[in-house]
Amino acid sequence: MSQAKLAHHFESVEQQFDTAKLGMWIFLLTEIMFFSVLFVAYTVYRASHADAFQYASQFLDTNLGAANTLLLLLSSFTAAWAVRCAQLGQKRGLMLNLLVTVVCALGFMGIKYHEYSHKYHEGLLWGGARHSIFKADPAQVLPEMKHGHEGGGESVWESHHVETMDPALKKQVGIFFGIYFCLTGLHGIHVLVGIGVMLWLLWRASRDHFGPDNFTAVDLGALYWHLVDLIWIFLFPLLYLIS
Amino acid sequence: MAASPASDHAAEHGLGHVLPVKTLAATFAALVALTLLTVFTGKMDLHGFDLAVALIIATIKATLVALIFMHLRWDRPFNGLVFLITILFVGMFLALTVTDRSQYERDIHRFDRAHPAEAPTGE
Repeated sequence: MSQAKLAHHFESVEQQFDTAKLGMWIFLLTEIMFFSVLFVAYTVYRASHADAFQYASQFLDTNLGAANTLLLLLSSFTAAWAVRCAQLGQKRGLMLNLLVTVVCALGFMGIKYHEYSHKYHEGLLWGGARHSIFKADPAQVLPEMKHGHEGGGESVWESHHVETMDPALKKQVGIFFGIYFCLTGLHGIHVLVGIGVMLWLLWRASRDHFGPDNFTAVDLGALYWHLVDLIWIFLFPLLYLIS
Repeated sequence: MAASPASDHAAEHGLGHVLPVKTLAATFAALVALTLLTVFTGKMDLHGFDLAVALIIATIKATLVALIFMHLRWDRPFNGLVFLITILFVGMFLALTVTDRSQYERDIHRFDRAHPAEAPTGE
C-alpha cells in the first residue's frame, strides 16, 4: 500500500486531506444549487398545474422507480463500505465494493434506458419533440405515433384519447415531460460520470494506490456518489409517487 | 463504536473516521424500509397530505445518507456548515419563487384561460 504524497504547500497529510475534503464539499454545494433550479421549476409548475402532474404520473412506473431507488441505495451502501475498506487497507474488499457499486449503477442505467425507450415509442415527450403526442395540433403528431404497435395493443394516443384531450391540459402534460426528462436526464448524466469515477478508483485500487493514509480519492468519489443518491431520493417521490 | 467528536478522532484512527460495517448495514436497512414505506403511503389516499408525507420520508432518508454514509456526523463541523448553508440557500430560492408565484396566481390562470391552445407545436 502506498503512502500519501505530501504536496509542498501543506503542513501535514491531515491538513492536505481536510483541504481536499472541503473542496469536494464546495463542489457538491454547486451541484445541489445546479439541481435546485430544476427543482424550483418543478415546484412552480406543480403548484400551478397539479392536475397535469397527476395525469402524467400515470405513465411513470412506480415499481421501476422503486427498483432504481433500491439499486442506488445499495450502491451507496457499498460505496461507503469501500471507503471503510480503503481506510483499513483491505484491497480485496475495496475492489469488491467498488465493483458492486458499478454494477448497481449500470443496473440503474439499464432500467432508465428501458423507461426512456418506452416513453419514446409511445410519444410521451415534451410538446416540442418530433415524436411527441402532446402537440397542440393533432395533425402534427406523426402517424406512426397514433397507430397501435406491430405486436398488437393500442398506442397511448388511442387508449388515452389524446386527440380529444383538453388542449390546456395537453400543453401542461407536455411541460411535465419536459421537466421529467430534464431532471432525470441531468441525474442520469451524473450516474454515468459516477460510473466513470468508480471504474477509475477500481483501476487505481488494483494498482495498490490506496492505503490507510492515502484514501482521499476513494472518500471523495464516494461523497460524489452519495450526492447522486441523495438527489434521486427526492426525485423518486416527486416524479413517481404523485397521487 | 466510539462516537468521538471531530477534533480528536484523527489521532485515534488516522485520517477520517472508520465506520463499522454494522452501522453501514443498519443504515442501509433503514433506507430500504423507508423506501418501501414511501411506496406504500404513495399508493394510499392521505387526503391532501400525500406530498408532505412523501417529502418527510425523503428528508429522513437524505439525512441518514448525509450523516452516516457521507460521514457528516464525524466530519469537521465546517463541512456540515457548508452543507447546511447550501440547504438554507436552496430553501430561500424555493420560498421566494413560490411566494412570487402565488402572488401572481390569478394572472397565470387568466393567461391560461385566454390562451388555451398555445401549446408548443414543434415548429
